[in-house]
Order: sequence, then C-alpha cells, then structure tokens
Amino acid sequence: MTSSLHLWLIPLVPFAGFLVNGLLGRRFPKALVTAVALIATLIPFLQVANIALHYSSLTLPYTERVATWIAAGGFHADFAFAFDQLTLIMLLVVTGVGFLIHIYSAGYMAEEEGYWLFFAYLNLFMFFMLTLVLAENFLLMFVGWEGVGLASYLLIGFYFAKDSAAKAGKKAFVVNRIGDFGFLLAMFLLIAHFGTLSFSEVFSQVAQHPEWQGGFLTAIALFLVLGATGKSAQIPLYVWLPDAMEGPTPVSALIHAATMVTAGVYMVARTHSIFDRSPFALSTVGIIGAATAFFAATIGLVQTDIKRVLAYSTVSQLGYMFMACGVTAYSAGIFHLLTHAFFKALLFLAAGSVIHALSGEQDMRVMGGLRKKIPITFWTMTAAVLAITGAPGFAGFFSKDEILYQDFLSPHGGKIIWLVGLITVGLTAFYMFRLWYLTFFGESRAPKVAHDDHSHGHSHGAHESPWIMLVPLIILAILSLIGGWVGVPSALGGHNEIQHFLSPAIGAPQEAAEGSRSLELLLAAVSVAVGAIGWFFAHLLYFAKPELPAQLAAKVRGLYSLLLNKYWVDEFYGAIVVTPLLLVSRYVLKGLFDTGVITGGGLAAGYATQGLGSLVQRVQSGNIRSYAGWLALGAAALLLLTYFGFGTHLLFR
Amino acid sequence: MVPIAYYLVLSAILFSIGVAAFLIKRNIITVFMSIELMLNAVNLTFVAFAHQWHRVSGQIFVFFVMVVAAAEAAVGLAIIIAIFRTRHTLDVDQVDLMKL
Repeated sequence: MTSSLHLWLIPLVPFAGFLVNGLLGRRFPKALVTAVALIATLIPFLQVANIALHYSSLTLPYTERVATWIAAGGFHADFAFAFDQLTLIMLLVVTGVGFLIHIYSAGYMAEEEGYWLFFAYLNLFMFFMLTLVLAENFLLMFVGWEGVGLASYLLIGFYFAKDSAAKAGKKAFVVNRIGDFGFLLAMFLLIAHFGTLSFSEVFSQVAQHPEWQGGFLTAIALFLVLGATGKSAQIPLYVWLPDAMEGPTPVSALIHAATMVTAGVYMVARTHSIFDRSPFALSTVGIIGAATAFFAATIGLVQTDIKRVLAYSTVSQLGYMFMACGVTAYSAGIFHLLTHAFFKALLFLAAGSVIHALSGEQDMRVMGGLRKKIPITFWTMTAAVLAITGAPGFAGFFSKDEILYQDFLSPHGGKIIWLVGLITVGLTAFYMFRLWYLTFFGESRAPKVAHDDHSHGHSHGAHESPWIMLVPLIILAILSLIGGWVGVPSALGGHNEIQHFLSPAIGAPQEAAEGSRSLELLLAAVSVAVGAIGWFFAHLLYFAKPELPAQLAAKVRGLYSLLLNKYWVDEFYGAIVVTPLLLVSRYVLKGLFDTGVITGGGLAAGYATQGLGSLVQRVQSGNIRSYAGWLALGAAALLLLTYFGFGTHLLFR
Repeated sequence: MVPIAYYLVLSAILFSIGVAAFLIKRNIITVFMSIELMLNAVNLTFVAFAHQWHRVSGQIFVFFVMVVAAAEAAVGLAIIIAIFRTRHTLDVDQVDLMKL
C-alpha cells in the first residue's frame, strides 16, 4: 500500500510563490523575490525527486482525490490528481528544467523592469503546468491547459510597451483559443458518451468495449488533436509560436520549448486508449506531425533571427513527437519530449546568453566570431546542436532514431512519414549548424558603430554571462549529452529502459520483427549520414565559402523569398480569416447590429416614448377643470357604451 | 301617475346643467352651486326609484346625501371665504398655484 504522496502540494507551492510575489513582490528587494520564486520551484522538484527515488515502493497508478469540485446529478468532476510513469517523467521535466530556467532567469532578467512580476508569472505558469500534468480528469487538465495559455500570454507580452510583443501575446492567446475549442468539444462528447471525465473511468470503459472502433471515438480523438495542434504549435495552428519569441528568452525556453508546447503530445499519450481505437485519427496525427516537421524545418533554413530559427526548430521537433504518436509509439514520443526539453531549453538559454552578450542583438547576420569571447556558451551550445542534430551518443540521436525506426516499422504510417522525417533530419542539421557557424565562427560582422540598444544596460563588446546563467547551461549540456542514455535501443546494446518504464502507463509499440536489429542499425546509420550531409552543406555555405549563400539565394530567389516569408502563411491566414473576421465585425456586427439594432433600438424606444409622452402630456395640464371635463367626457362615453350595449360584454364581464 | 322616465329625464337634464356649469363657470360660488345641483339631480333619481319600487332605502339615501351636502357646504364656504381673503378674487382660474 502506497502512503499518501501529497501530490496536491506539487502545484500548490508554486501558486503560493505566485501569490507572495504577485501581491507583495513590488515592495520586496530583488533577492527576496528571487528566493521566493526559486524556493517555490525547488520544493516541488525535491518532492518529485523524492517520489522518484522511492519509485520501486509505489503501487501505480496512484490517484489522490482532494475534494469534489462539480457534482451535478450523476456527473462529477473532482480535484483529483493521478500519478503514473508518464506523470513522473513529465513532472521531472517540468520541475527540473523549470527550476534550472528559474535560476537562469535570475541572471538574465536581473536588470529588467518588473522583475518581481516576471517571477510571479513564471511561478503561475509552473502552477498551471503541474496541474495539467497531474490532473486525473479532462476538466482539471483543461484548467491547467487554459492556465498555461494565460501564463504564456502574460509572459509573451511581458515587454508589453513594445507593440509587437503585445500583438504576439494576443495572437498566441487567440490561436490557442481555437485549439481549446476543440478540446471543449471533445469533453462534451466524452460527457455525452461516457458520463464522466475521469481518465481512469473513461479508459476502463473503452477497455471493456473492444467492439468500439472509430465512430465517436474518432470524433473525440480528432477534437483532441485540434486542441493539441493549438497548444503544441502544429499545422494549422503553429503560427503563434514563432511570434511568441517576443517574450523574454527564458520564457521561450521554459514555455515555448521545454514544457507548455509539449502539453499536446502529453495529452495524446495520456488519452492513447482513445487514439488506439481510431486508425483515422492516428494517421491524422502522423500526417500533421510529418508535415509540420518538414514545413517548419524548411522555414528555419533561412530565418535570420536566432530565436526564430529555434522557434521553427521547436515546431519541427514537436512534429517528430506527433509522428511518433501517430504510429502508436507514444513512449518514443515522450522520450523525444524528454530529450527535446533538455536540448531545446539549452539552445534557447544559450541563445539568450548570446543575446545577453551582445546587449540584445538577435540578428545572426551581425553576429559571428563569438567562439573565443563566450567559450562556455559556445561549448554548451555545441552540445545542444549535436544533440538536436542527432549526433551519435547525444540525447537526440536515440530519441529521434527511435521515432524514425517506429515510423519505418509501422503499418499505419508507412514509409512516407519515415522518409519525410529523414529528410527533416538533414534540414535540421543544416539550419542548426548554420546557426552555430553564423553565431560563433568567422569574423564578427557587428557594425563598427556601437548600436545604442541598452536593453541590458551593459557596456559594449561581447562578454560572457554571469555564473548564475552559466550553471544551468552546463547542467543542461550534460543532460543533453547523457539524457538519451535512458533509451538506448537493444540494437545498440541497451535495453530501451524508458520504453519499458512507460509501458504500464501508455503501452509499448508492437514488438519488432525478428532480425530487425540490423534494420534499426541501418536506419540509424542512414539518418546519421543524412544529418552529416546537412552539416556538410552548412559547413560549406557558412564556414568554408561564406560568400556562397548570397549567390545561392539570388539564384533561387523565388524559393528563397518563399521560405524567408514563411510561405506567406500569416498573410494567407490574414487574408482568409482575420481580415474577413474584422470586416464582418466592423461592418456587420458593430455597424449593422451593434450600432443599428442594439443602439438604434434603444434610441428608438427612447424617442418613441418621448414622442408619445409629448403627445399625451397636454392632457396633464394641471387645470382642475380640464380634468373634470375629461372625467365628464369619460363618464358620458361609458354611459353611451352601456346604453347602446356594444362592447359591453367585453368591458363588464 | 307620472311615468318614471319623466323624472329620470329631468334628473339627467339637471345633472347635465350642473356638469356644464361646473366646467364653464369661473366663479367659485357658481361652481359650488353647480355641484349642489348635480347632487340634487341624483337625489331626484333616488326618490323617483324609491317611489317606483316602493322601497324606503332610496329615500333614506337621500337624507344621507343631504347631510353630506350640508357638511360640504359648510366646509366649502369656509374655504371660499379663506380664498377670498387671501387672494381677493373668486375666479378659479386665478387660484392655480398647484398647477404645473
């Protein structure tokens, strides 16, 4: 028997931190704000670590019902938390990476306005994210789901005085609402068909009815996918994530790379019982993932803003996770989620360190030659780049190859998804090494005239970041190196521990056929080779012959500008969705309906009453005799009526 | 025997004269008298019906009306005197302080 794990404490402690900093932080000294925020994140991490250490003595899955939230007739939703292997992985990622990023933020944000507010928001985000991960039912998960969206909105728009940041925050929020709408519809369908939103009850009902295939389960799954594409920035709702880079860099690392954007993948893995019954929904997930991975990677090839490259890379990597989920290889998806959290958080934090070193410069075209000036950032970034490109031994190598291998094997996805994933490996290697070369190698391309961007208030000239920022980088670099070792496939002499670990919670993919070890090795070798080709081109274009990219861009100008302008997707959405919506709002809803019907109706009612009043107010002369006259007239009229009898049966019934 | 209709027609004529005078006349005392005229027109119908149906209640009602009319006359004349003393006029159109 497992003793109580007190799971409720895990989300509540960051919430307390949010309250303390949010309500009182304005008057606190910075050190106190930092202490409150860090402790409020450290406690959940320690608690999760403690649970992880006692893992073998737990009976899983474990649920903890704190209180009834909604009870209406036969339906009830509780404040209930669940804990299983999947939750444990997510909790470790969220609290572990989250804590590291909190530390980093203390250095990165040290000289920013609203320091206390930033940490209050970060703690608020941790609260909602942990609620999302721990929730035992869809509704509580939705609370976290919406809450992280809110925190994301607040943090993207943290520099709200900047117009683009405020707009990016709004865009993220609105686009996410579209996905949330799908999640809501899925919940309505779940209530209609199951009468409950509890994970365990829904999944056990599904398990008891093997005859349920497709049908309403497909509908539920597709609506959940819509929700996931919003939160996890997949086609067609990915457009908010690149713009979200307007937020402070630690936010990009925490929310828009490591944790929140993986919520969609987590949700699909969590509800895998439903997806397993719907091949159509699964192929949808796989196709969305593959398309997004490829599409975003191609955009990433030509972006010049260092954070935007990483943003498209995040979208692309999330596509890989969806590709895994699409072929029921959920554990591979979660494995990639884990490694991605390490190396992508590291990439963002290292990019933040670069930006910090250059006093706010984000354009890679004016970077270069930073290798010697900021060596620690350089080496940690190198580890991350190797991890994401799948260099053998690094974290991304194992998780990405697992996904590609599972895709290759799967009868659902077929070889096409695998092929797209493989090409994307090459693209990923190209744009990551492009970033690496542009930032750290060659000569500095910074204009000689010192630009007057004082957003960090530092003196000019690149300088290494303080240790409070470097320590998280180093820890994450180590994790990017060894993080994949928990999932070494048997073909490479490992045991794929993470897959076995997760299998009680989310099932294992079908067993590989005999003799597939050589196949797996072959696939891994192919993907490494493709990655190496990507590296080779990046090396050629951005290191060996730096004058070549401009010539190449001029040669294929159409393609180049298509990519540079992100396929004009924003413009396309603007033309077919946003502009019509605005026009309809302005002219039909506001002009016709609001001004015309509502305001006009109110005015008309007022004027009608006024006019009627001015007509009959003559009667109220105040002259007694006129009243008496009206009285006599009325009496005479009544008399005549009664005398001649018409209408009397109506008047005097 | 005089048919009851004659009484009623006379009563109606008297009442109408009373109403008309009430509406047209400006002198308070005349207005007051027209009220009395209306009351007595009603009294006439009471008596006529009492005679017609051989019921005494109609006649008794007339006494009540007379008593009320007397009381009203006492109060009303007192008010008229008070108005005349303060306003120095008996024209009702001049006594319109309560008008809007």
